[in-house]
Amino acid sequence: MAVRDLKKHFPVLGGLLRRRVGTVRAVDGVSFDIAAGETLGLVGESGCGKSTVGRSLLRLHTLTDGQVRIGDADVSGASDAALRRLRPLMQMIFQDPQASLNPRMTLGEIIGEPLREHRAGSRSDRRDRVHALMDQVGLARTFSNRYPHEFSGGQRQRIGIARALALEPRFIVCDEPIAALDVSIQAQVVNLLEELQARLGLTYLFISHDLSMVRHIADRVAVMYLGRIVELAPRDPLYAEPLHPYTRALLSAVPEPDPRRRDTGERIVLRGDVPSPARPPRGCNFRTRCPDVMAVCEREDPVLREIRPGRLVACHLHDDDETDRGSVRSGRDPHHHEGEAG
Amino acid sequence: MHDIQDGKAPALRVRNLETRFRTRAGHVHAVNSVSFDVARGELLGVVGESGSGKSVTMMSLVGLLPSPPAEIAAGEVLFDGQDLLQCEPRALRAVRGARIGFIFQDPMTSLNPVFDIGFQICEPLRRHMGLSKKAALVRAAELLDLVGIPDAKARLGQFPHEFSGGMRQRVMIAIALACDPDVLIADEPTTALDVTIQAQILELVKSLRETLGMAIVWITHDLGVIAGIADRVIVMYGGQIVEQAPVEALFASPRHPYTRALLRTMPSVRGPRSATLEVIAGQPPVLSDAPTACTFRARCAYRAERCDHENPRRREVGPGHDAACFHEFDEEAAVRG
Repeated sequence: MAVRDLKKHFPVLGGLLRRRVGTVRAVDGVSFDIAAGETLGLVGESGCGKSTVGRSLLRLHTLTDGQVRIGDADVSGASDAALRRLRPLMQMIFQDPQASLNPRMTLGEIIGEPLREHRAGSRSDRRDRVHALMDQVGLARTFSNRYPHEFSGGQRQRIGIARALALEPRFIVCDEPIAALDVSIQAQVVNLLEELQARLGLTYLFISHDLSMVRHIADRVAVMYLGRIVELAPRDPLYAEPLHPYTRALLSAVPEPDPRRRDTGERIVLRGDVPSPARPPRGCNFRTRCPDVMAVCEREDPVLREIRPGRLVACHLHDDDETDRGSVRSGRDPHHHEGEAG
Repeated sequence: MHDIQDGKAPALRVRNLETRFRTRAGHVHAVNSVSFDVARGELLGVVGESGSGKSVTMMSLVGLLPSPPAEIAAGEVLFDGQDLLQCEPRALRAVRGARIGFIFQDPMTSLNPVFDIGFQICEPLRRHMGLSKKAALVRAAELLDLVGIPDAKARLGQFPHEFSGGMRQRVMIAIALACDPDVLIADEPTTALDVTIQAQILELVKSLRETLGMAIVWITHDLGVIAGIADRVIVMYGGQIVEQAPVEALFASPRHPYTRALLRTMPSVRGPRSATLEVIAGQPPVLSDAPTACTFRARCAYRAERCDHENPRRREVGPGHDAACFHEFDEEAAVRG
């Protein structure tokens, strides 16, 4: 997956005549690659634009600007017919297992719907495929005539996963797939996603605000704030040594399940609230809350730059560090599957 | 009601609480024989997932459950010399909001969208403490200040939708603290908030605790939050308390299989990274019968014959530490390798 300068802006309409009075810059120039078989974690807090990125990649939104490619195929500029042919390749798993399943359809119908939509095979072929999918996600075949309300959150999420796998996609956007689940069930679903990735060679964009789960499943991680990526790095270096002040604050804010560590040092508590994405601050959009803000931050927008191999940051603190100006990729070419993820 | 426990008199004492819901399909035994104390100045953490009974327990204490379908089948809730479960609704209303404050998870549904913040904070002040409108507004501004909302006087005239999620939760805290309650009960107050905002709220609560000295009950499923603010912890599962311990002891040597499993399934942000996540197989139980066996047995790694026939009672396993399990864990049972 290759994404270049993705933008999605929503108009703010106001007044009696509903004229455009402003713009919500939900996604404001986002670029990254995801290599085949890799999991890119996309983290950030509410309103940062991460879910909008996920939906834009699948063209569930029309894009304001930017380019999206899957393999050699152009997604962003595809005609409706071409897009329809691309859809089986890229699927989504949604956050709310209750809202994303039609309550009036049985499991079998839900999982089989993509197959019917894309006319894949005969009725009995489809039934066999649905059963095979249910096996893969750990749902008993006898459940296929039941309705979503008869299942728990974790099981409903499995239904959603089975449905996403129906057309044998290569790429899946997982949009907060475990947020609505109990802690003891989250691990079950994450393990399933990992197992499926290994078995089927899937590529994931894993969107989440849960930094500890992302640490577990992702190969590389991108951190978003107010519509932009502020840092992108391989997982271990990011968690061990976050470079962007927002990443540092985010990691430091995650409560540590160890009472002995609770009053020790390094807790960075950000002041204030996130600015509105309709009125982002001029210059660096994090400057209003940044503990390390400088004069230049108000004048100039920091660019996402590769300051060390594989480590990208958008921050003036690293203005002197840059080694590779303008580069967005972090060492792994998605079209040739070379090299390590980091 | 002057029993001493660990040197502090309990502000709230719950004994053998049982709450059931009558449904068309029969009874749901949501809370089974729950007992705990909270002392002044202490923060009791309550850990549990959905269906554990944690929220129903707290709402039972002050009559917040609609009845029917809820029935409080047994128990005592001792507060300031009286049993709240025996109180008349009128007397309970005087306690609720004034002496026992509540904070709920979603501040948008707990705040009335059509009244301004000033009005909502003043409401308990005028009703329970009889303050005049003017005096109440002064106190309301003080409270907003206390919870860290800048420009307090101006914001009193604003409506809930004009505040962010974190700010609204601060307003909820202000309302809950308005009448200087003896006990504050917070049900998942930061679960719906971003992690950086949660950190702010937790810092606020810690500092308020220093200055105000009330008893706090903090319900959450997040063990990280518990580690950060709790003095003691109770772990709930299947409508019962399965473990109770001082916070360090709970993390250092958990004695109930559910607690141990929960601690193991949590990936961490700072510590060593595990290659595969441990899971707790299975689902939480459906509580359609009063338990005659251990509610955790279907998911328990230490299940034995006895567990299928008897519901284990809480027994002491260390100083101030009890667990409802037949299994004997080693003295210094460590969870993480």
